[in-house]
Amino acid sequence: MLKDITLGQYFPGDTIVHRLDPRTKLICVILFIVALFLAVNWTGYAIVLAATVIFMILSKISPKRIFSGLKPMLFIIVLTGALNIFYTKGTPVVEGWMITWEGIERAVQMILRITLLISGTFLLTYTTSPIAITDGLEMLLKPLKLIRFPVHEMTLMMSMALRFIPTLIEETDKIMSAQRARGADFETGGLIKRAKALLPILVPLFVSSFRRADELAVAMESRCYHGGEGRTRMKQLKFAGRDYVTLTLFVLFLAGMILLKRTAA
Amino acid sequence: MSELRCEQLRHVYSAGTPFEKVAVDCIDLTFPQGQLVGLIGHTGSGKSTLIQHLNALLTPTSGRVLYDGRDINENKFTRRDIRHEVGLVFQYPEYQLFEETVYKDIAFGPGNMGLDKNEIDERVTEAAGFTGIDRELFERSPLELSGGQKRRIAIAGVIAMRPSVLILDEPTAGLDPAGSRQLLENICAYRAETGSTVILVSHNMDDVARIADRIIVISGGNVFMDGTPAEVFADPEKLVSQGLDVPKATAIAMKLREYGVLPEGSVCTHEQLLAALSSLREVPAC
Repeated sequence: MLKDITLGQYFPGDTIVHRLDPRTKLICVILFIVALFLAVNWTGYAIVLAATVIFMILSKISPKRIFSGLKPMLFIIVLTGALNIFYTKGTPVVEGWMITWEGIERAVQMILRITLLISGTFLLTYTTSPIAITDGLEMLLKPLKLIRFPVHEMTLMMSMALRFIPTLIEETDKIMSAQRARGADFETGGLIKRAKALLPILVPLFVSSFRRADELAVAMESRCYHGGEGRTRMKQLKFAGRDYVTLTLFVLFLAGMILLKRTAA
Repeated sequence: MSELRCEQLRHVYSAGTPFEKVAVDCIDLTFPQGQLVGLIGHTGSGKSTLIQHLNALLTPTSGRVLYDGRDINENKFTRRDIRHEVGLVFQYPEYQLFEETVYKDIAFGPGNMGLDKNEIDERVTEAAGFTGIDRELFERSPLELSGGQKRRIAIAGVIAMRPSVLILDEPTAGLDPAGSRQLLENICAYRAETGSTVILVSHNMDDVARIADRIIVISGGNVFMDGTPAEVFADPEKLVSQGLDVPKATAIAMKLREYGVLPEGSVCTHEQLLAALSSLREVPAC
């Protein structure tokens, strides 16, 4: 059951989106998010939506996959929508109700905004392997080394964390199965009972995480790992023609969105 | 008499994604009460998936699992109750220990069954007896004990539910020879005393050949062979073709037969090999 969580999962493929340099994709996602928050009217949202759909088609990621990834966020999305419906002032739908036409419009836009925000970042993680993402991030953050920011260490920690998410999920699954085999019940009961039911999962999980961290440290040291200084890599990241084209398109896209906001205001 | 049965059991992981994998493909099996079954197959053959269906931890993609003729996946309650009847000990079960004391950890299963204090106490003592856990350890933390002791505690935790079917996934993996022999002896004694069905998943052919009544070989999600140890090990080439081992005694007998020393006949334990060899004594030396 836990295996079905696709948050941050990479789906291998060989599309143009998959082949883009991770740095390009990272920058584009940032530009995309900025553009998304610049959208103030329906035209703006339509353009951002169109951009997302284009990338979805190019990367051959099915909408079904995106939606299944959105499921864990459903609560936040619905809550935001509900709050906007009830707390926006304007003309009521029916006299005396709290629901206003403006509220409905805001709610739809808010839901759209969150959905697009998550979908956009999903398109990054679905088409880029975690290692590529952290590699790209390390290269992008390199200038921060000048102010003695430990870029390499931070990205290494990140890639290790990402690397161990599936392992931990698998482990959690295994421990849950084992405790369930001993009659543990995680589904029923009140809040306190359910919180208590987590103990048989968390204790073994913590114990094994510490063991794993220890083993990993020993394995790294025995392969002479000594930090990022003088470390070379097998796969050098290189910008290709498609990266320049994509970046230019995204800059134009952002510029367009800024212009749109100016004219709307 | 209770009987556990799989009918056309099929399980597909991650259906509809690029990671789709058929782990168990249309398996029909019956486990009569009291049998000691050895389940073998190489890594990824689907045996772990199969055993997790037997106590409803996994729900079949299609097909059914029946306990006493009743579908165990009928509803939430049958799924919960079956876990008291079919006890499953996972691989490396020592990693699921979590309580502060050994006693409390073994009592976790019976406690979940809603038993009263005296009953729990009785079962914990009984289970500890079966697995050879000293009473003195009851108040210690399970996390500070040795690997072998932890393993016993985890197995006791399942036995304490008094399941009528006990499934053990590689119970001797990572134990030293003495520890693993002792553990298998305990399991045999447990079966003899309680009359429960025991399903033992193992890679160690010598162990399986020695103690099992019946051996099931799983390969590629299917039942590849099913019979008594003598029947299964009668055709060693077939097993080797699946990347599996044969018991050492069988391998030696095979070689001896090749040289014409031993007559035809199935050999799968050291005792049988010794018997076959000593019957040769009367024959003049070649």
